[in-house]
Amino acid sequence: MMRPIALLVMGTLAASAQTILIRNATVHTLAGEAPLEGASVLIDNGKITGVGRGLRAPKGAEIIEAKGKHLYPGMFDAFSVLGLAEIGAVDVTRDVSEKGDFNPQLEAVIGVNPESEHLAVARANGITHAVTAMTGGVMAGQAGVIHLDGWTWEEMAIERGGPLFVEWPAIRVYSLSPGQSADSKRPTTFKAAKEKYDKEVAEIVAWLDGARQYAKAKQAGLKPGEVDRKLEALLPYLAGERPLLVHADREREIRDAVAFTEEQGLKMILLGGEDAAKAKDLLAEKSIPVILGPTQSLPPREDDAYDAVYAQPGELAAAGVKFAFATFTASDSRTLPYEAAAAIPFGLPKDEALKAITRYPAEILGLGDRLGTIEEGKIANLILTDGDPLEITTQIEGLFIQGKAVSTDNKQRRLYEKYRARP
Amino acid sequence: MRPLVLALLTAALAPAATLIQNATLVTVSHGTLEKASLLIEGGKIAALGPDVTAPAGATVIDASDHYVLPGIVDCHSHLAADSINESSVAVSSMVSMEDVLNPEDISIYRALAGGVTTANILHGSANPIGGRCTVIKMRWGRDAERLLFQGAKPGIKFALGENPKRGSKPVHPGSRQGVNDVIREAFLRAKAYQAAWKDYDAARQAGRRALPPRRDLQLEALAEVLEGKRLVHAHCYRADEILALIRLADEIGFKIRTLQHVLEGYKVADEIAAHGAGASTFSDWWGYKVEAYDAIPYNAALMTRRGILVSINSDSDEEIRHLNQEAAKTIKWGGLSEDEALALVTLNPAKQLMIDDRVGSLDVGKDADLAIWDGPPLSVYSKVLTTFVDGEIFFDRELDRQRRIELTLEKQKLLEELEGKKPSAEKEPAR
Repeated sequence: MMRPIALLVMGTLAASAQTILIRNATVHTLAGEAPLEGASVLIDNGKITGVGRGLRAPKGAEIIEAKGKHLYPGMFDAFSVLGLAEIGAVDVTRDVSEKGDFNPQLEAVIGVNPESEHLAVARANGITHAVTAMTGGVMAGQAGVIHLDGWTWEEMAIERGGPLFVEWPAIRVYSLSPGQSADSKRPTTFKAAKEKYDKEVAEIVAWLDGARQYAKAKQAGLKPGEVDRKLEALLPYLAGERPLLVHADREREIRDAVAFTEEQGLKMILLGGEDAAKAKDLLAEKSIPVILGPTQSLPPREDDAYDAVYAQPGELAAAGVKFAFATFTASDSRTLPYEAAAAIPFGLPKDEALKAITRYPAEILGLGDRLGTIEEGKIANLILTDGDPLEITTQIEGLFIQGKAVSTDNKQRRLYEKYRARP
Repeated sequence: MRPLVLALLTAALAPAATLIQNATLVTVSHGTLEKASLLIEGGKIAALGPDVTAPAGATVIDASDHYVLPGIVDCHSHLAADSINESSVAVSSMVSMEDVLNPEDISIYRALAGGVTTANILHGSANPIGGRCTVIKMRWGRDAERLLFQGAKPGIKFALGENPKRGSKPVHPGSRQGVNDVIREAFLRAKAYQAAWKDYDAARQAGRRALPPRRDLQLEALAEVLEGKRLVHAHCYRADEILALIRLADEIGFKIRTLQHVLEGYKVADEIAAHGAGASTFSDWWGYKVEAYDAIPYNAALMTRRGILVSINSDSDEEIRHLNQEAAKTIKWGGLSEDEALALVTLNPAKQLMIDDRVGSLDVGKDADLAIWDGPPLSVYSKVLTTFVDGEIFFDRELDRQRRIELTLEKQKLLEELEGKKPSAEKEPAR
């Protein structure tokens, strides 16, 4: 369904105008005020340089007439493997984890393939930027934040060394099937599971202590051969300059991780957080933000309420916990708006849902001054729609990344057009 | 069970008649009726329209601002199945999903909470010819036999492509050609088996003495396919394997009832339509394996426009909870109408399973399998309030919330009892 506006936006690709005026739109700035009817947004050199009514197009500017359309900040998938994983079942097409448990020196973003089909597919539904991350082991690497457009990963990178992914250990008691025997990886008693957990936490402590020693040694002066890239990589996190993305789901582990990072003086973002609502008061008190796992997930336990996962975002919002939604995938990144929408019938206010896929992830990741709202000075990552972007039937009619109109075409649409035309 | 809940249960679960009034009735078969009522009697839809009134003694549910949608039908699920794949043989048509149903599977209840009332429970995709499939109704908490959709035709699972050819076993098949070959070989044996029985029956009828052929449960199911008594549901992805199966079926003389997943169905839509197979696909999953790399979210719409009977399925205990939303995606990607989209998860899968005389739309005489939604069913902002199967309430949001409170109290009590019995030193932290 190619609408006139989409054609217009695609037409601007060739011109690659530096200055664009989008006019007469309903502008949802998400900056606090009500949507601005009949307003315009001026984009210059990748940034938003004007928002409001009666803006004039400077000479030579591209004008996009958007009467009856809605302009929103582009959607931000707060945790994904976009650009890092192409085909799920084919390992060689995936660069999402490295061998070994401690790899804080790895940068996810240098493995981003700008030609990944998943980027264009996500764009077609209004996703303009995303966290893309390596997982696995304990410290999997530094997550990146990327624009979903660019000639190289370097051009795409909003932040190269982002938050460090940390898989928080879990106390898990295994029940063995007949014929299986207990081993150190699968403890069958609480006592053994707790011992394993304590050991794993101690290992994280040892790495952090090692990095602190290293910092001291570095101050005293290191010889070239004494540089330890893993410990070196931990320094900005120890200094509180960058946050850790701590993946934990159960209440006990969430509480432990919060206490641990506080004690160690580290900045923490909780990732996953299936049981986050059970620790909502603690998370609110300590101002720990959360990047939630997909809302369209089964409740973790058989005796959980059927709507446990759907209702959790509403509970967190009511408790004053700041959170963002994420898909944790590449291929499903386009469903991000529906992960947010799924919480609305179960108690999350609609404007909070929208902010949790635009403004809040930017703020949580320390990018609130650059992304997340439609305000002067911010990076022009925007979407133009024919309605509410949380409703499935709404069409994305225009998409701007770093101030450039980017096509919403992709392989899937091309296959559709090709086979629709089969005689 | 508290008195209040008990009272509600006895009142709501099995009334003589129930009238849902002032609702928007989304019939799927004949449009949407505003401010209308629907009468349930004897487990069936007895009447519907603007002037339907409650008979004496009927329970009346006021559904102002609410929508009634036929119960969602999922043409591909493994819910309630305790075991899915018999993967030790290439042809496992002797095994049946009917034998491994667990009526207490919590996924049944969660599906009810998404407005689902019927599902086709399939064998897995480990073999070119898999096990026998069965259609169930979501009568959660009844025994396994009561789960069965009485009168629904039995099915059988076929599987093409990566799943049946992969695996470490050094046995046939290991290629798409091999998968096709296994199916051909099995049907040739089934035809010989059929002929042997025919000879035997003829001999008996002529009064001659004859030995009956040895009964073969594996081939019996395939003979039923040849006779049109068992529906073939074929898991497939790529256009080449779909076309090869259609040609094989045409040659041997059986029909494929539904192509399942059929992610490249849009590439051979005319061939599928000509064979008369239905297509049951995902809304937008793609890229999880090579054969899913050309999947497009326009598939359902494109196949519909080419004259194929299409449904959207879940193949997932999670996805089954929001099939209404999956249907809405075909409006966005491919431009189906709202009625066409809703049919993808109600009337069309019912037709594919040949149970559309019983379920799939709001029509007089059909089973009262339906759900009350608090808003338009294609909207992300809507949720299910009450789900009926055969006119009985099997899910109700208000009842559910009351039961939760009771469950919490019961858990608390059990924990207290447990803590009281334990020496404090061995206390484990609460999970």
